[in-house]
Amino acid sequence: MRILLIEDDQETADYLRKGLAESGHVADHAGTGPDGLAQALAGRYDALIVDRMLPGMDGLAVIRVLREEKVATPVLILSALGQVNDRVRGLRAGGDDYLVKPFAFSELLARLEALARRSGSDAETATQLHVADLEMDLLRRTVSRAGRPIELQPREFRLLEYLMRRHGQVVTRTMLLEGVWDYHFDPQTNVIDVHISRLRAKIDKGYDQPLLHTVRGAGYSLRAPD
Amino acid sequence: MARTNLFRTTAFRLTVLYVALFTASVLALLGFIYWSTVAVMDRQTTATIEAEIRGLEEQYAQRGLGGLIDVIRDRSGDGGNRDSVYLLLDPQRGPLAGNLAAWPPSATGLSEWVSLDLMRREDNRLVAHEVRARTFELEGGYRLLVGRDLYEKTKLRRLVIETLTWSLAATVGLGLVGGIFLSRRILARVEGVTRTSRRIMQGDLSGRIEAGGSGDEFDRLAESLNAMFEQIERLLSGMRLATDSLAHDLRGPLTRLRGRIELALIQPPDPARDRDALLDTLTQADQALATFDSLLKIAVAEAGAAATELKPLDLSALARDAAELYEPVAEEKGVRLETHTDSAPSWVLGQRELLAQAVANLLDNAVKHTPAGGRIDVRTAADDGEAVLLVADSGPGIPEAHRARVLERFVRLEEARSAPGAGLGLSLVAAVARLHDARLSLGDNAPGLKVELRFPAAETPRP
Repeated sequence: MRILLIEDDQETADYLRKGLAESGHVADHAGTGPDGLAQALAGRYDALIVDRMLPGMDGLAVIRVLREEKVATPVLILSALGQVNDRVRGLRAGGDDYLVKPFAFSELLARLEALARRSGSDAETATQLHVADLEMDLLRRTVSRAGRPIELQPREFRLLEYLMRRHGQVVTRTMLLEGVWDYHFDPQTNVIDVHISRLRAKIDKGYDQPLLHTVRGAGYSLRAPD
Repeated sequence: MARTNLFRTTAFRLTVLYVALFTASVLALLGFIYWSTVAVMDRQTTATIEAEIRGLEEQYAQRGLGGLIDVIRDRSGDGGNRDSVYLLLDPQRGPLAGNLAAWPPSATGLSEWVSLDLMRREDNRLVAHEVRARTFELEGGYRLLVGRDLYEKTKLRRLVIETLTWSLAATVGLGLVGGIFLSRRILARVEGVTRTSRRIMQGDLSGRIEAGGSGDEFDRLAESLNAMFEQIERLLSGMRLATDSLAHDLRGPLTRLRGRIELALIQPPDPARDRDALLDTLTQADQALATFDSLLKIAVAEAGAAATELKPLDLSALARDAAELYEPVAEEKGVRLETHTDSAPSWVLGQRELLAQAVANLLDNAVKHTPAGGRIDVRTAADDGEAVLLVADSGPGIPEAHRARVLERFVRLEEARSAPGAGLGLSLVAAVARLHDARLSLGDNAPGLKVELRFPAAETPRP
């Protein structure tokens, strides 16, 4: 992926560029709002990482201008402001996701990849989802694997739907908590892990090929066997 | 207040304004009284004289000179009105009839009003009486003067004017006294506000304005200012507490973090061990950040800054969602988590994120402290106009003596030391409760802890 990083803190920028390069992505860097805006308008990027507080031009203003110029590149907002209404304001300005500083790099990477992937697919409107022999019918609210129906609780259904829509990608616990439960805080206990292991017991138990994998130090991933 | 500034004080200005207004209105009133007494009397005199002249003219026309002389004699004689003044002259200026000795020299023209001073004997003294008169020429060159002695009326007028002057003086005097008194009283109370604000500016945040107790505008002003001072005090002490807590709880992990790094640097390089050290420091940094986050949330909830963002939400649904999040963890631990909520929504005004976190914290504690085989009940109910949320567990509970203390920050009871956590869970719940005007109480579930939150119920929102 080609990523544009608009961030005024040099150290954070270096750390992110190094991390993105390690993960096989190319990242350009702009240190001010106007520079970032110019680069974003000129270049072709798969995703933008925009810090909220930038010299010259506020990060949200940069995003707003980009959206007015019909640039639809997915934007991940980075911010030290973590209140619910800060988040809402960020998304309203045209951001696609919001990550509060400080964050784990794995979290940033997972979200960035999810964003870039999402913009390239039309999976949002699909009525049926497939991952290998796992099938989900969104209209009839049914799930089956290899033709055998699987009974799921409503929340388990939403959890699986979230994972199936992002199959092949790493999904972090925070992403699940936000996307499935709409909670933006960090429960101290491993609540998500237990939900996942319950789901795993329902969709993977008794089948040769596991679909739901744990990604160490990052989260989970639902993917078809190679 | 310095005395030299008297003219610049509001008290002075208020007094001046008050007196000016008072005087103006009294002047208007007195003017009206004067006009409706003295001025009316003057006009009456004029009208009477004119009527009499017309009457005498008619007499002359009907009965001739003799008749006129008779009438005048009759009227100016002893039987007539003592205030009437008459004089009839023949064409040669010789007096024919009347009670005036001579034609006044000031009355040169004809058909004009004149003012005469008439000397009258009164109690053996000569007193000047003012007479208002009109001259008139009859056919044949006869001249007539008809007047009215104004003495009585002048006396009355003088009396009226005197009375009016005195009442004006009294009014201004009273107005002055009243104005000074009133503005003093008002400004004394304004002074009270100033004094208190000054004290607060100097750093004594506990200062409050004394209310008069009458419930007037000043009491209301004092009330809202006091409420403001209270909020400021609460915010500042909250901030002070937050910084204290930050120092308290972050210094520990940061010191350990630093120590761990220093230790790794002292030892000879060893890739495997260095990596372990790095992982360890990362975990510690994350813990410090989580604590920092919790503290910020508590500070935000306590500041009440989010109070404006309270929206109607269904407490039952919120409790169900949170319980559903924790149910698998509880089950894994061998604890039964049961939710008892009405299907009907239980509306409260709240901040979903903070409330959800508060309920999550309660459930987190309950799961941590309840041994296998125990149970946790989550209940919501409407009770007496309040929405009640109850989280009860069958764990060890909290001894009554410690219940108030655990709501403070960083307090972790000895028995709970072994369980993980920074000890901020319940203090966040307490802060969130305060933000929502909810009453938080810890009770005995015999055995276990029963946490109850009572919210003021909100109206069902319109869709």
